[in-house]
Amino acid sequence: MSVGFITAPEGVSFDVVAAPPGVSFADWRDYLALLKPRVMSLVIFTAAAALLTAPGHVHPFIGAVAILCVAIGAGASGALNQWYEADIDALMKRTADRPLPAGRVSPDEALAFGVALAVGSVAVMGLAVNWLAAGILAGSIFFYAVIYTVWLKRRTPQNIVIGGAAGAFPPLIGWAAVTGDVTALPWLMFAIIFLWTPPHFWSLALFMEADYAKAGVPMLPVVAGEAATRRQILLYTLLLVPVTVLPWALGLTGWVYGSVAVVTGAIFVARALAVYGNTATLAAAMVPEKRLFKYSLLHLFLVFAALVADHWIVA
Amino acid sequence: MNVDWTPEQTAEFNRRRRSRNLALGLVLGALVLIFFGVSLVKMLP
Repeated sequence: MSVGFITAPEGVSFDVVAAPPGVSFADWRDYLALLKPRVMSLVIFTAAAALLTAPGHVHPFIGAVAILCVAIGAGASGALNQWYEADIDALMKRTADRPLPAGRVSPDEALAFGVALAVGSVAVMGLAVNWLAAGILAGSIFFYAVIYTVWLKRRTPQNIVIGGAAGAFPPLIGWAAVTGDVTALPWLMFAIIFLWTPPHFWSLALFMEADYAKAGVPMLPVVAGEAATRRQILLYTLLLVPVTVLPWALGLTGWVYGSVAVVTGAIFVARALAVYGNTATLAAAMVPEKRLFKYSLLHLFLVFAALVADHWIVA
Repeated sequence: MNVDWTPEQTAEFNRRRRSRNLALGLVLGALVLIFFGVSLVKMLP
């Protein structure tokens, strides 16, 4: 879609450049898209899992407000990310129709929206829940919007590794919302998401490599090639699986979690080995990579669901 | 608004503005309910 000219789903077009300054063409759905709702769902799930696993009691309404703040904070990160990345989003097929590159939302609107949500979510978390949870939420927004988006993403092929930490904060926030502190189990949840992120995103990057290369984003397959990426996927998987089993091995969880961690981890290794053994260079032939990407989502869901089930069934 | 739009463009622009205003109204209403709920819970013995 050409910049400066937008077309509504109904077929009515506007010349954005000729419009008076300050006129917004956004629909409410454009603001929702700025929040990256699909990423938000994973964040909500992992934070809620930690909140439900943590010892102690929090009033259900306060618990719901804590999860809402985590969701809005994640949405703020997504909006700030899209504000900064509008130029590269315009170059990639997957992201070209996002509200900013398509011209439906102006950069100033997106920035104001992101900052307002970030400040609002942290303030409400602090006032309604506790200031440790609010501080970690503020740190996670800063980490994603500044450390990952502004600093690392365009500079290093290790962007996903360090950026993965941003997505790993929600369990710490969920736990802190209940207990007011952060102990070994939430840090292990953090480590699980941190180590899960590289195999998840690099398997996507392998079959989306052309898009990233076109946008000039130094994703690992673009910079180091497919073989090196597949080796890194296997290495991170071999680190991820023992860390996933660790909560059970240390006696922090029961057999329900332990058995799920072992079985799902074994399948993850098998899928990563299939990726490692693949030599395809065309996206159409990257079936193991697509399978691993899909399975990694299921794996994270099962592991965190097992933590909650274990807490409520065994404990 | 002093712009050279066709009636269809004006109608579409108004529809989008209405949808934004409605969404903002719902968000503000939800915030009122949240603050009211938090206040009640905090005042519980």
